[in-house]
Amino acid sequence: MSPRAISRRVLPGFPLALGYTLVYLSLIVLIPLGAVFLKTATLTWAEFWAIISEPRVVASYRISFGISLIAAAINAVFGLIFAWVLVRYTFPGKRIVDALVDLPFALPTAVAGIALTALYAGNGWLGQWLEPMGVKVAFTPLGILVALTFIGLPFVVRTVQPILEDLDTELEEAAASLGADRWQSFWWVVFPVLVPALLTGFALAFARAVGEYGSVIFIAGNLPMVSEITPLLIITKLEQYDYVGATAIAVVMLVFSFVLLFLINGLQIWANRRHGGI
Amino acid sequence: MSIRVQNIVKRFGNFVALDDVTLDFPQGQLVGLLGPSGCGKTTLLRIIAGLESADGGQVFLDGEDASTAHVRERQVGFVFQHYALFRHMTVFDNIAFGLRVKPRKQRPNAETLRRRVHELLELVQMDSLATRYPNQLSGGQRQRVALARALAVEPRVLLLDEPFGALDAKVRKELRRWLRQLHETLHITSIFVTHDQEEALEVSDQVVLMNHGRVEQIGAPAQVYEQPATPFVYGFLGAVNLFHGRVHDNQLHVGADRLPLADNGFPADAEALGFVRPHELEIDPDPLGKEGITARVARVLALGATARVELTGANGQSVRHYEVELPRERAAALQLSVGQSVRLKSARIRLFAPEPQPAGRTLLPEGSLIGVDGEGI
Repeated sequence: MSPRAISRRVLPGFPLALGYTLVYLSLIVLIPLGAVFLKTATLTWAEFWAIISEPRVVASYRISFGISLIAAAINAVFGLIFAWVLVRYTFPGKRIVDALVDLPFALPTAVAGIALTALYAGNGWLGQWLEPMGVKVAFTPLGILVALTFIGLPFVVRTVQPILEDLDTELEEAAASLGADRWQSFWWVVFPVLVPALLTGFALAFARAVGEYGSVIFIAGNLPMVSEITPLLIITKLEQYDYVGATAIAVVMLVFSFVLLFLINGLQIWANRRHGGI
Repeated sequence: MSIRVQNIVKRFGNFVALDDVTLDFPQGQLVGLLGPSGCGKTTLLRIIAGLESADGGQVFLDGEDASTAHVRERQVGFVFQHYALFRHMTVFDNIAFGLRVKPRKQRPNAETLRRRVHELLELVQMDSLATRYPNQLSGGQRQRVALARALAVEPRVLLLDEPFGALDAKVRKELRRWLRQLHETLHITSIFVTHDQEEALEVSDQVVLMNHGRVEQIGAPAQVYEQPATPFVYGFLGAVNLFHGRVHDNQLHVGADRLPLADNGFPADAEALGFVRPHELEIDPDPLGKEGITARVARVLALGATARVELTGANGQSVRHYEVELPRERAAALQLSVGQSVRLKSARIRLFAPEPQPAGRTLLPEGSLIGVDGEGI
């Protein structure tokens, strides 16, 4: 028997599974994305730079990525609280609340955008109370934040929930018997276990928010330099038949998102390693 | 520190886990809470720790009523069956945890903390593994870390919930001996829960036998083993042969056979259960004798110093099994062969009145019973 044969895995089908995965990934993800890069490559560097560094475009990056990060952070905090309540407590209507969490997944985002706009507009249910206090939500960056937080909520809840369910309550009992108060046992015992899942949820919510279009354009007001998101700029360019310009901005978004997701992944690996390599 | 639980009652829905339990755990002793699963021993331990609250009754720690005190305030060290180590922390950090969460004023400085943790690591013989993570340790090592972690806060009592339950037989035995040694050096009042009678008898100063939420017997290991107070205790602490019959003329009549009895307080013609341990049964090779239970040799197992003889009852219709343990030389002298008819006798028969058992309750733990003879139970 050759050494190769000895090192075979217990589960068969690795070459087939890997091949299938790569073909699938190519068809669904890499080829379309590659086309974006190819189309952009028809530009010279100078032209490319001119398009992507236009002040209006740069402002849109700031809004898109900045607000997406803030929204993902908000979702990380509240998603964790949500998951905690759903796992640790029983209350009437718990199942309904549990089902409601997924609703932002199912709702067409345009519907969400219109609903949120109607709520927060100056004459809306919430807007009529907020505006006299000087808080304008609709047609401002704050509105974008509300929309992006809304669509990102399920991610953190759904990634943290199963980890929290599996978490042995004995760990907290052990911490309590060693004299830790509730906050100490949460912060030192429970939270570190949840960090990898929390980061996954954060990354998913962030990625979703960066790519979001439907709900944002209704509530954002779309003022250039103030509340215009990058996906909207891409659509605008497409509508003007400026395909190359659209793909150039898309390339920047892609690279930026990839770098950020890669970093979050790295953070996750680091957090996992602190678990002693689980 | 002494512990006293008084009239503790605990229910889970309709299930009564603890039924009016009152117990004293004296200062400095290692007490084993022994019983089959579901007997309430773990629940009692958790109530003492403050991890569970009783529906009724009180817990006194050092004479003070601690029934309403939070587990944080009770200063008890608790060791879990599945270790409950913090897996994202190293061995060192696990042990240091209890010291680091102390209020700022009582918190030791870094140097004292380091020294204290290393003392404990040495105590549990783990000093070389301080930087490992729990999942890089074996089960036995994990449990020793868990014990060191519990000891770090200098608890007034140590409570161990089936501490060796998840370990394999060899490690169990080793850790058992080690726990006993540790107790001899520390002399901290300890209670440990187990369903393993051998473990309880070997490690404890006192054994508390529990069944169905009640205390069956309390005593030193030798005492509970030699003088079981109830049929349950008899059956739970080792193998037993059971003879069901009637007392008459200082004899236990089992079917057509008779077993001579020593002094007993049983009224004439009373129904009785006779309990005999395998090593207390004797084999009379003469099948024609007048006394003793007739049986047929089914198997002879001579391993080590003792021989075990398995027999089937030849008395009555249904087949019954008996077990006799005797020194190997004695077995050789008897020259037993499979199929041979013999008579079983004993000078040490323990009689109990058969109490009517409510439905759902078992008189004896399953598996401990070797033979039932006579009118059927």
